[in-house]
Amino acid sequence: MTTAEAARALTRRGLRISVAALVGLAGVYVLALGYTPVEARQGAAQKIFYLHVPAAWSALVAFSLVGVTSALYLWLHDARLDRFAAASAEVGVAFSAVMLTTGPIWAKPIWGTWWTWDARLTLTLFLFFLFIGYLALRASVHDPAERARFSAVVGILGMLLVPFIHLSVYLFRTLHPQPIVLKPSAPSLPPEMLRTLLISTLVFTLL
Amino acid sequence: MRDALRLALAIAAKDVRAELRSRTALLSAVVFAALVLVVFNFARDPTALAATDLAPSVLWVTFALAAMVALNRAFTIEREHGALDGLLLAPVPRGALFLGKLLANLAFVGTVEAVTLPLFVLFFNVDLAAALPGLIGVTALATIGFVSVGTIFSAMAVRTRFAELMLPVLLLPFMVPPLIGAVQVTSRLLAGRPLSEMLGWLRLLALYDVVFVTLCTMAFAAVVDE
Repeated sequence: MTTAEAARALTRRGLRISVAALVGLAGVYVLALGYTPVEARQGAAQKIFYLHVPAAWSALVAFSLVGVTSALYLWLHDARLDRFAAASAEVGVAFSAVMLTTGPIWAKPIWGTWWTWDARLTLTLFLFFLFIGYLALRASVHDPAERARFSAVVGILGMLLVPFIHLSVYLFRTLHPQPIVLKPSAPSLPPEMLRTLLISTLVFTLL
Repeated sequence: MRDALRLALAIAAKDVRAELRSRTALLSAVVFAALVLVVFNFARDPTALAATDLAPSVLWVTFALAAMVALNRAFTIEREHGALDGLLLAPVPRGALFLGKLLANLAFVGTVEAVTLPLFVLFFNVDLAAALPGLIGVTALATIGFVSVGTIFSAMAVRTRFAELMLPVLLLPFMVPPLIGAVQVTSRLLAGRPLSEMLGWLRLLALYDVVFVTLCTMAFAAVVDE
């Protein structure tokens, strides 16, 4: 297979995954609205959980990928790694924007406030800022090799910054719902809710 | 190792000497810090908030802004006269070069902080005498951390299109952990709390310094080498 054919095959595969993810997304909306029971105390507002949590998950995966590919780039100097890191950063910014908008919409009726300086909110906000800075840096350097090296350094430093921000804001811990899926005992969600959440997470990862 | 340290000290000495000959940057940074303090004074309601309650935040926001101004200029001079190319041609390990620039920046930011502190006492009428040794210690711990990250970002930012804007956008998220820690420790120091209450934060600050000084020393080559 020539390079052009390989590239076309790759594009087709990417397109198929995107289409599958979009169809899945429509399915998630139907499931979230029709299939899951209405949560007893939170009412309809709880439905946003099926968007918010998967978006958060995808944003974190994307940001971790930026860190890992940045480190690999400085080691292997492969331009593909740099492009991958850049694409992941853009995806991460988009998903964290979803997370940071759906969060307050849910928090207003449930917590009674749009925003609070809770540990996880603050961490996400800073991740968002960090990667906006990362993209701004990429936009302001002309030379591709220089751009790749600079952004790789920021990517690595950013990955190591995350635990520090987490530790330092954790001591302000407040309102955020405690983990209910990834915890030692069985997930404390009704099965319909859990199933919808897992499907939604899969769909968002594909997307 | 000893050679690297000697080279780093030589580079730092060169920067300090250059700074002492012109003095304009240092003076401007000190005046800038003083102005920030003055602005803060008008941004608070003295009848509603006691100066000691506000002191830690005022102090650390001033330090952070002054450090930002100082770091912005760290590589501009090297860039303007092609001096950095000269340094890079010299047989100096990149790690030593980074440590040298870091030491010079620390001297610069430290001087600004040393002048700001008495001004702060004067303007806000806060009694620091009892807390002074601890305050100097925590200032050093926090400053080493963010100046280290700032030094490497400053070397990058001078090569971008909007250098003066790029540095704060990149650096501020990195300043958050040291600033939170420093503010917490400072407010406890001013309230005369025992050391055990600050130990967690001090450990966090020390860990931050170790991680980021090491990492930036290693990553500096990727920033300056073509």
